[in-house]
Amino acid sequence: MTQSEAAETGLGSEASGVRRRDFIEVAAVSAAGVGALAALVPLISQMSPSADVLAEASTEVDISAIAVGQAIKAVFRKQPVFVRHLTPEEISKADAVPLSELRDPETLEQRTKPGKTQWLITMGVCTHLGCVPLGTAEGEPKGEFGGYFCPCHGSQYDTAARIRKGPAPKNLVVPDYAFTSPTVVKIG
Amino acid sequence: MSFPWANEYKPSHPAMVWLDEKLPLPRFVFNAVGAGYPVPRNLNYMWNFGVLAGFCLMLQIVTGVILAMHYAADTSVAFNSTEHIMRDVNWGWMLRYAHANGASAFFVVVYAHIFRGFYFGSYKAPREMIWLLGVVIFLLMMATAFMGYVLPWGQMSFWGAQVITGLFSAIPLVGDALHTWLLGGFAPDQAALNRFFSLHFLLPFVILGVVILHIWALHIPGSSNPTGVEVKSESDTVPFHPYYTAKDGFGLAVFLFLYCAMLFFFPNALGHPDNYIPANPMQTPAHIVPEWYFWPFYAILRAFTADLTIPFTHVVLVPAKLLGVLAMFSAILVWFALPWLDTSPVRSGHYRPTFRKIYWLLVIDVVILGYCGGSPAEEPFVMISQIAAAYYFLHFFIILPLVSLIETPQPLPFSITESVLGKDVETTPAPAE
Repeated sequence: MTQSEAAETGLGSEASGVRRRDFIEVAAVSAAGVGALAALVPLISQMSPSADVLAEASTEVDISAIAVGQAIKAVFRKQPVFVRHLTPEEISKADAVPLSELRDPETLEQRTKPGKTQWLITMGVCTHLGCVPLGTAEGEPKGEFGGYFCPCHGSQYDTAARIRKGPAPKNLVVPDYAFTSPTVVKIG
Repeated sequence: MSFPWANEYKPSHPAMVWLDEKLPLPRFVFNAVGAGYPVPRNLNYMWNFGVLAGFCLMLQIVTGVILAMHYAADTSVAFNSTEHIMRDVNWGWMLRYAHANGASAFFVVVYAHIFRGFYFGSYKAPREMIWLLGVVIFLLMMATAFMGYVLPWGQMSFWGAQVITGLFSAIPLVGDALHTWLLGGFAPDQAALNRFFSLHFLLPFVILGVVILHIWALHIPGSSNPTGVEVKSESDTVPFHPYYTAKDGFGLAVFLFLYCAMLFFFPNALGHPDNYIPANPMQTPAHIVPEWYFWPFYAILRAFTADLTIPFTHVVLVPAKLLGVLAMFSAILVWFALPWLDTSPVRSGHYRPTFRKIYWLLVIDVVILGYCGGSPAEEPFVMISQIAAAYYFLHFFIILPLVSLIETPQPLPFSITESVLGKDVETTPAPAE
């Protein structure tokens, strides 16, 4: 529609040159754009964990059978959790490391519950790309620092499951947990 | 566009005349891959691999659609349904081996196709868009192959999914949320398997779409050739059909001979025994590696073992994990910049003595990276990967641009015809554009 036509139909506002038609066009396209964006919300959100995945129950682990120096793998959120009964040597070894040497500085105290320093409970998921590190079972390599060794890309964790060498950026994650009795731990 | 001397489509049968008026699809095919497409007369067998890649795509789509009729994307039965295909479905073993080895064959011919492009400067003007679309196809192929490998839900499938989706968790701030979103959970499980199956079915058709764009873009300037000299006259070209349909047909026969030898005599040679163990989220296999076609890039990922810090402090600028992921993706993304990194006006490596040397060094470097990527993450492979990865980037960002600037190329032939016959017999060659 030309300017003169707009003037003839009386739709235009001569002062600004903005016609009624221009306004309708911008409004219609804007409404369609907002509608399209809104439609993206369910399309993207459906990819996130569904209710049943999020509703995974917490896990209870009986630790009474784990002797000093032993470790077990429990299951939490379909991922492994390492429960390790540290020896006094492993505790002193972890405490002897100056924090300045650590990539992700944390003390063993901070990574365990008060008075339960011997119970090291961490996710068994390497913080690099998610493999399960070795070092829980008897005879598995524990790496240079006596903790865990990830066979995928060679990350090495110490006796407090802190990253010491290799590509992983963080210490093994300590999940939320609590001692419900002296021999039972509830994870999650 | 085509050259003015291209044969014209002239249907004689009344039904074809009728069809040509309503929907000129036969005309389109005639002009694209028939007698209506003039092609340089001097193409060597390195020019077979485009057609072979197209054949592999069709092979994968046909076998894949059939496999999908017998496969179930559910973590409780996926592994068993794969074994059901292998043991119970009529010819199922052959179709699955054809598909698994077809993926490897696809990557073999595509790597040959890509390195043909590197050597003969196929990425240079006016063919940049063909090259860019080709890199897009390669990225889509990698995504498709990765998700396909997850479907049998064996140990390698599971841990491959865990490691490769873990790459995204390296992204600062949003990484963990993105990782969870991609998987639909905190580790690969039902949601991930099901969506990988959906996407693995979809992506080959997306690849097919980009392949059509790739060929469309190719037909605007026409095919390149081993001399890198543009077509000047009719004597420089022959029609695609029957000349190159025959030549590609012979290449296809050779390809099928080798492919069938793999399929029938060594069907598991490129597989991993661990993938015949059902997925176990509690136990990572001692030595996990991706499929061979990812090895060079996997080696680059693993080459970064230390954080990038401000010197003499513990302030981390870029963590090692993110560095590895960035480097791995950059190793492919740098190909997008190739048409502008190589500024030499001469296309073909035949006439570039220095380029030829660095080309073969790059080939050796990629082979070394591939070997390290398939080896365990221990010395000496880590150090060799680091050196080879450094050289890889040095090649693209420093050596190649520098060689393009300082190299003196050898004299080019006047025309394709001259390079073939020793002299150009055209007395009045058509003026070059």
